[in-house]
Amino acid sequence: MISKKVANVQEALKGVKDDMTFMFGGFGLSGIPENAIAELVQLNVKGLKCISNNAGVDDFGLGLLLQGKQIDKMTSSYVGENDEFERQMLSGELEVELIPQGTLAERCRAAQAGFPAIYTPAGYGTEVAEGKETREFDGKMYVLEYAFKADFAFVKAWKGDAAGNLVFKGTARNFNPNMCGAAKITVAEVEELVPVGTLDPNQIHIPGIFVKRIFQGETYEKRIEQRTVRQRD
Amino acid sequence: MLDKNGIAKRIAKEVQDGYYVNLGIGIPTLVANYVRDDIEVEFQSENGVLGMGPFPFEGEEDADIINAGKQTITTLPGASFFDSATSFSMIRGQHVDLTILGAMEVSEEGDIANWKIPGKMVKGMGGAMDLVASAENIIVAMMHTNRAGASKLLKHCSLPLTGVACVKKVVTNLAVMEITPKGFKLLERAPGVTVEDVQNATEGTLIIEGDIPEMDL
Repeated sequence: MISKKVANVQEALKGVKDDMTFMFGGFGLSGIPENAIAELVQLNVKGLKCISNNAGVDDFGLGLLLQGKQIDKMTSSYVGENDEFERQMLSGELEVELIPQGTLAERCRAAQAGFPAIYTPAGYGTEVAEGKETREFDGKMYVLEYAFKADFAFVKAWKGDAAGNLVFKGTARNFNPNMCGAAKITVAEVEELVPVGTLDPNQIHIPGIFVKRIFQGETYEKRIEQRTVRQRD
Repeated sequence: MLDKNGIAKRIAKEVQDGYYVNLGIGIPTLVANYVRDDIEVEFQSENGVLGMGPFPFEGEEDADIINAGKQTITTLPGASFFDSATSFSMIRGQHVDLTILGAMEVSEEGDIANWKIPGKMVKGMGGAMDLVASAENIIVAMMHTNRAGASKLLKHCSLPLTGVACVKKVVTNLAVMEITPKGFKLLERAPGVTVEDVQNATEGTLIIEGDIPEMDL
């Protein structure tokens, strides 16, 4: 067994520098790498280019890096819940590239799978396709979108083992599996690091080969953005 | 005239047995409340769940189980979770039968704008561009006019587009319309609404043929 286990978040983030490009798993605040983000705040690295579906909220998730003005560029599909984000974007401090959600997922997956680019129908005929190569297949138009290139991918799983195998829970899975192995170094943090051999090989979502470093996160707040409930009859 | 729930109730009648359905944020989410219970339908949420159920009971919310609107949800028997690439494979691969989403503007050619107001609002497109570029069957749920009273059914969209020539049907507080090569074809009027009311609220070409029935809700 090849061990990917590191002692803590500090060791997991070794090599992180200013001006790097990072991927972050998560949809909204669900399934975000909370411990890696907290450590990036501590390290105070600047000039970051971040690929993440969302940009957190003002005081949580990637919003924490925005508060510290650590991010130069965001590539996202939806950024609607963050006032500081909006302020930095409108003032020009922050460069923002908005792309379709499925395109974001597929540009991660392409990087993971060794494809330089993909064709997608999403965004054809809109400003998202401006300046991009397009091509017709069977009478329908598609846009060429390139695989992402990133230095680190920070992902979060429910359970994992020292071999780097990962199991996700619920919709906290989202972009996390697609980002594993899509950057030079993939850092996985898990709620529970279990002994090797206890995860059923049939039930593993991401094989350890896609993960470079794994550690158990110290705490998880797992904040809920929209708490919706129904009444008991 | 319909309220938002009325629009959702009318759209629910478009949902057929055996359909996989993706519901957008806002009015579309309400559609799930009105689908007949004698048919089998599965709701997909693009953040990675198929077989979505109702909101959880208080105290049973799980931060790891949400919908695309970031609301806490539950799942029904037979549900599945998956990653984002798989989710959009379902969408782009046309495995989802019906997409219902909101809009700021729809043109008579079926173009839709719903993600950006230059200089005012930039939230992003989320999964909307993937959905409208791929789905065969797209219904827009929206109010017929905006808050300022201006028509949202136009000859050409003025806002940045989400997709081109993709909308098939529009259900508003005033009417049901089908997009045809000649424009918006009026199919039904909302209760208490006249053909003239619909005409006055529609900037794009409105095709009126024969008697236009009132919606059967």
